[in-house]
Amino acid sequence: MTSPLAARTTPLHDIHRQLGATLTDFAGWSMPLKYTSEVAEHHAVRRAAGMFDLSHMGELELSGPEAGAALDYALVSMPSRMQVGQARYSMLVSANGGILDDLIVYRLTQEKFMVVANAANVRRVYEELVARASGYTSEVRDASAEWGLIAVQGPSSALIVAEATGDDVSGLTYYSVAGARVGKHDVLLARTGYTGEDGFEVYCAADAAVEVWSEFAVLGSPHGLVPAGLACRDSLRLEAGMPLYGQELTSQLTPFDVGLGKVVVHDKPDGSVGAAALLEARDVDRARRLIGLASVGRRAPRAGHAVLRPGTSERIGTVTSGVPSPTLGHAVAMAIVDADDVEPGTKLEIDVRGRTEQVEVVKLPFYRRDR
Amino acid sequence: MTIPTDLSYTDQHEWLRFDGDNARVGVTAYASEALGDVVFIELPAIGSKLSAGEPCGELESTKSVSDLFAPANGEVVEINQAVVDNPQLLNDDPFGTGWLFVMRLEGEAPLLDATAYAKLTTEG
Repeated sequence: MTSPLAARTTPLHDIHRQLGATLTDFAGWSMPLKYTSEVAEHHAVRRAAGMFDLSHMGELELSGPEAGAALDYALVSMPSRMQVGQARYSMLVSANGGILDDLIVYRLTQEKFMVVANAANVRRVYEELVARASGYTSEVRDASAEWGLIAVQGPSSALIVAEATGDDVSGLTYYSVAGARVGKHDVLLARTGYTGEDGFEVYCAADAAVEVWSEFAVLGSPHGLVPAGLACRDSLRLEAGMPLYGQELTSQLTPFDVGLGKVVVHDKPDGSVGAAALLEARDVDRARRLIGLASVGRRAPRAGHAVLRPGTSERIGTVTSGVPSPTLGHAVAMAIVDADDVEPGTKLEIDVRGRTEQVEVVKLPFYRRDR
Repeated sequence: MTIPTDLSYTDQHEWLRFDGDNARVGVTAYASEALGDVVFIELPAIGSKLSAGEPCGELESTKSVSDLFAPANGEVVEINQAVVDNPQLLNDDPFGTGWLFVMRLEGEAPLLDATAYAKLTTEG
């Protein structure tokens, strides 16, 4: 019998162990932090390709004639307007507009959607979707255990995925999804990711994950593909200015507080959970914002550090994530501040463990790939 | 994991190689592995006085930052500029070219031998 406290493992756990991964507990899962060096893995994704096991993420399926309408009511966006084969970023908020999770919604068929939730929030998102969809002709399933998820990310990923699937992937545009085959397995191939690079997320049956991973490993390694862990996933997403639930996104913040108001649709025919609060959040005169900070030094601001006006002890906000950027060679951070005069170029200070570091407000993202 | 038998250790995962009253100081392979890829190293200045157990520098990796603790009382007499310029040395060769500084010890320091240190790391 498994202890309730034992970390859950993905279908790729044995592979991670064989590869000598350093494992870490993440949202109750035992996940690879890194295989060799997190900086080398980071550079591999920027320069060639990296492969991530994301099987801990949650796949929630909504099906039925009113599945789209149910999601319109449940989420801040309007999935019913999506075309089959599209992927869209969305959020689940509480009645007071606080962010409960950020999500990717895929429209798989006219009457079937897949909502991908962060591992830590799967249960909450599932329960909310069940409750919010109850008035609609739609069934909600937590299919998380049935899916393996492997991300292949980086400039060489299109080449590798084309070889592995035998498909011309150039027709699969950013934020779209289609069926494909890897080896003898049917997969859902999505051109999505969380690294700031071109890339794919490959959803396969849980019991096919080992063979799909191995297929990519064999075909990808001549193109520079390496297995990549959660450590570099964090530094990659941060350079790309992408928010992380629990860091930049919390239930205390609305989408408008973090500059993601564009995800919210207000004019829904049937309304949606949190609609009134979101309308108010849209129209309020707000000082709060999510900003990017670049430091000249390598002493990185980290989550929780105070953001200060230079030369004073006036605290205007808090760092949400920070890292010495492997790509840029200096520290970068994101912070939530209550200040409406922090345009790019503004000098601020961060209290980094009792000693202030000079930082400058910069436009997000910190890193943008050449297209 | 290798733990050289000719060095002394602290429970903060530092090693010391004695040469008379001076000791060369670094962090162990165990610590370097736990830190991850170190990208920034801040060392105490030459001439600064150290108090055993007190923070005297920082080791920063992409995922975390750790204080460097003074392994003993004494004065810093030399620092390894090469490891400051290229922190990867600390990960590549923690007991060798990845050394951090040399200090002149004052008084006795409660240090561990390799056997005691090995026991500490296996006990976690």
